[in-house]
Amino acid sequence: MNWGGWKEFLAMGGYALYVWGAYGVTLVFLCAEVILLKRRRRSALEHVTRYHARNAVQPHEAAP
Amino acid sequence: MTGAGVNAKGAAMPRQAEGIRWFKYSSPQTFYPLAGKLIPWFATLAAALCVAGVYIGFFVAPTDAQQGEAYRIIFIHVPAAWMSMFLYVVMAFWAGVGLVMNTRLSSMLASSLAPTGALFTFLALWTGSFWGKPTWGTWWVWDARLTSELILLFLYFGFMALQAAIDDPRRADRAGAILALVGVINVPIIYYSVQWWNTLHQGASVSLTKSPSMAKAMLLGMLIMALAFWMYSIAAVLARVRSVILERERHTEWAAEEGARAG
Repeated sequence: MNWGGWKEFLAMGGYALYVWGAYGVTLVFLCAEVILLKRRRRSALEHVTRYHARNAVQPHEAAP
Repeated sequence: MTGAGVNAKGAAMPRQAEGIRWFKYSSPQTFYPLAGKLIPWFATLAAALCVAGVYIGFFVAPTDAQQGEAYRIIFIHVPAAWMSMFLYVVMAFWAGVGLVMNTRLSSMLASSLAPTGALFTFLALWTGSFWGKPTWGTWWVWDARLTSELILLFLYFGFMALQAAIDDPRRADRAGAILALVGVINVPIIYYSVQWWNTLHQGASVSLTKSPSMAKAMLLGMLIMALAFWMYSIAAVLARVRSVILERERHTEWAAEEGARAG
């Protein structure tokens, strides 16, 4: 164990800005990618559904 | 000839089918559900390894004698830098396979690898910058290692921008593949830059030929974080390639069924 308590842990021996700046941004970007991936999946599924709804041939409309 | 050859027509069919099974998952339609099944496993592994790696990094690994606590950035910086180069090589490989073999899924994989690769390249640069400031006294320096890593980021951006600019997906695949393959030359340049040039960036602490020049707990934490990032990348790329498959196969019957099932 390296730390005497929470305060000491957060202070990172005076390097708090650098250590937490590096870890924080990494965490934010990884979470952001996960959120973007979920969004992209949702929109891909919506596009598929919309494409087939639009292109579904209605029997009474098909005749010229 | 005896045995299998005798009842020719009937027996030949299943054998041929067995041979084909190898390529079964090279079709987007069959790869899509497989990827869906694999994602939770890789995501869980990534999360568990990340917790273990961060725990070792902060609570087991000792304070560094020279750098104090600032060195703890190593547990994300080095794995991110490894992933940035590794993902590029994998991306170029699949782009090349797609170019030569004309397999669409390979090209879709290459396109799906690019954003995650770019993310880790950015993180390697960012965490490196936050490590450089307290240890070198500067956020950035135009030395060979940092510059070639920045070029890697631009290669990823260039690949994505080029593919986004071409409407026809197969043409976009081919153009992207050529860019990706030409850019591979940058990866050994990044790796060996600290040997070839006089850089501010230090040499490798871990290499295949020498025993590592760091404490065991530090090395262990770093390797576990590298595995965590690796598993994360697989999960993220599989998730992205599923969306790419749906986007490109939207006209198919199975995609319509998937849209109705999951949408």
